[in-house]
Amino acid sequence: MSNIIDLSLSELVSNIKNKKISSNEATSAYVERSKKSKNLNTYNEETFETALKKANEFDSKPDFNKKLPGVPIAVKDLFCTKNIKTTASSKILNNFIPTYESTVTQNLWNDGSILLGKLNCDEFAMGSSNETSYFGNVTSPIDKDLVPGGSSGGSASALAAKLTPATIGTDTGGSIRQPASFTGTVGLKPTYGSCSRYGIVAFASSLDQAGPMTRNVKDSALLLEVMSSFDNKDSTSVDFKRPMYSKDLSKDIKGKKIGIPKEYRVDGMSEEIEKLWEDGKKYLKDCGAEIIDISLPHTKFALPTYYIVAPAEASSNLARYDGVKYGFRTEGDNLIDMYEKTRSAGFGDEVKRRIMIGTYVLSSGYYDAYYLKAQKVRRLIKNDFSNVFQKVDAILTPSTPSSAFKIGEKSNDPVSMYLNDIFTVPVNLAGLPGISIPAGLDKKGYPLGLQIIGKSFDEQNILNIAYSMEDKINFKFNLKEWWMNE
Amino acid sequence: MSIDLKTVKHISKLSRISLDEEKAKKLETDLNSIFKWIEQLNELKTENIEPLSSIVETKLRLRKDEIKSKNIREEILKNSPDENKDFFVVPKVVE
Repeated sequence: MSNIIDLSLSELVSNIKNKKISSNEATSAYVERSKKSKNLNTYNEETFETALKKANEFDSKPDFNKKLPGVPIAVKDLFCTKNIKTTASSKILNNFIPTYESTVTQNLWNDGSILLGKLNCDEFAMGSSNETSYFGNVTSPIDKDLVPGGSSGGSASALAAKLTPATIGTDTGGSIRQPASFTGTVGLKPTYGSCSRYGIVAFASSLDQAGPMTRNVKDSALLLEVMSSFDNKDSTSVDFKRPMYSKDLSKDIKGKKIGIPKEYRVDGMSEEIEKLWEDGKKYLKDCGAEIIDISLPHTKFALPTYYIVAPAEASSNLARYDGVKYGFRTEGDNLIDMYEKTRSAGFGDEVKRRIMIGTYVLSSGYYDAYYLKAQKVRRLIKNDFSNVFQKVDAILTPSTPSSAFKIGEKSNDPVSMYLNDIFTVPVNLAGLPGISIPAGLDKKGYPLGLQIIGKSFDEQNILNIAYSMEDKINFKFNLKEWWMNE
Repeated sequence: MSIDLKTVKHISKLSRISLDEEKAKKLETDLNSIFKWIEQLNELKTENIEPLSSIVETKLRLRKDEIKSKNIREEILKNSPDENKDFFVVPKVVE
């Protein structure tokens, strides 16, 4: 049998169910490997001892009817975990111990999974490179100079380096799909309302969604099945009949109509990305799908719209960090002074920048010109998608305009950093599901991804399309374990 | 439209984030480049478009107002920076 850490999530589950591998063996394998991988800086908090204890408990009284029986998993440090430090990679939450569990992580534990630890991310999920974390940047296992993408960068890096069999992230403007694309892994952002937002540190509430990050499409289907649930504790949770995504997974996509939006052919797009996209179309045709040219005319306005809507919501959500209810405080001469000093010392530069943008666009005299305007354009963007979905079943695009960039390369130029999310942001604004799958390598040998966008609550369809393409693409990346300490 | 240093300082007050002179100047540059890029939204005519504030455009659900968690006051107060078993403590606001 192959090494435990080389098994996909689904393979690990069946090996545990067939009693070929115990939960202790699986957990120990991941704990050992994680301990040797500190150079990547993926973990904010390790819960290895507790994980091993829980694995032994599972083995002494196993329940093989669970979907993730005794399976260890590390999660993004944006999900509140009861009695375990949750920081959102921010200094201001550095001492925060939640008294409750997020619904999504609770769903994982209810189905037998075991927490390995909390993974680094951009501070409050604001970033595309994991360089804004208070705990330092994460390195990609792909190459020592590369960012893993962000904001779910610790998740992507840990997954690609095989420190966890699968993981979960959150995606507000591309924070699951972009790092998945950068690290040669699969990342799915579900439809808004599919996974509960309860207990996830809020960034932009009308855009935030949790989703699976996995080594292959089948694993994403399985993990989504566990994560997604109707939840009364999230007022925007949607009550719909959730399919058995992994059971219903099928490679039959014959006759499916796939749209290719001309506006995603942006200026300066590299030949490599062009070719990747062409290859994707070819694979889909080989599977019996029909390719249709479409137009999403308001695409270029999606990013500026996002950079009004998301900071506006963030400035409101982050008002709660005031040095009173959470651990960190800087003393001041009076109450207001204490607030100002606490927030100045507790937030990093990118978070401050976004709070300032958000406060400005919501401030008196500018609300109509910016915030209201952005909400109107958001409707136009959503209408673009509604219109094309009358003609097509899904849309194929590149996941990102380039492969992973170097650490420090974009950190001094916010707009160039923001442009990285050009293909992922429209999907959040419209609340749609999108999946990024590894589709090839660029000249430097770095992974590139393709994105499939679906209709609302049509995750099964994009999973099926991704599943068929995955076979044809047959993505291989030769991971050199340069970061490991013996 | 450009954002001057005075405006940056005003926004920082509204945001309850203190800024030193150097940070304020850096933010002036950043915010101007960001808003210059955002201004492209003005190319679009949007007079008759209904603003979209949420993708889930249904009525919010109603539920009974019941306490479901048990008394966890102490655990919650443990997260507060000032040690006090009964209250959140803030600097004196009334003389």
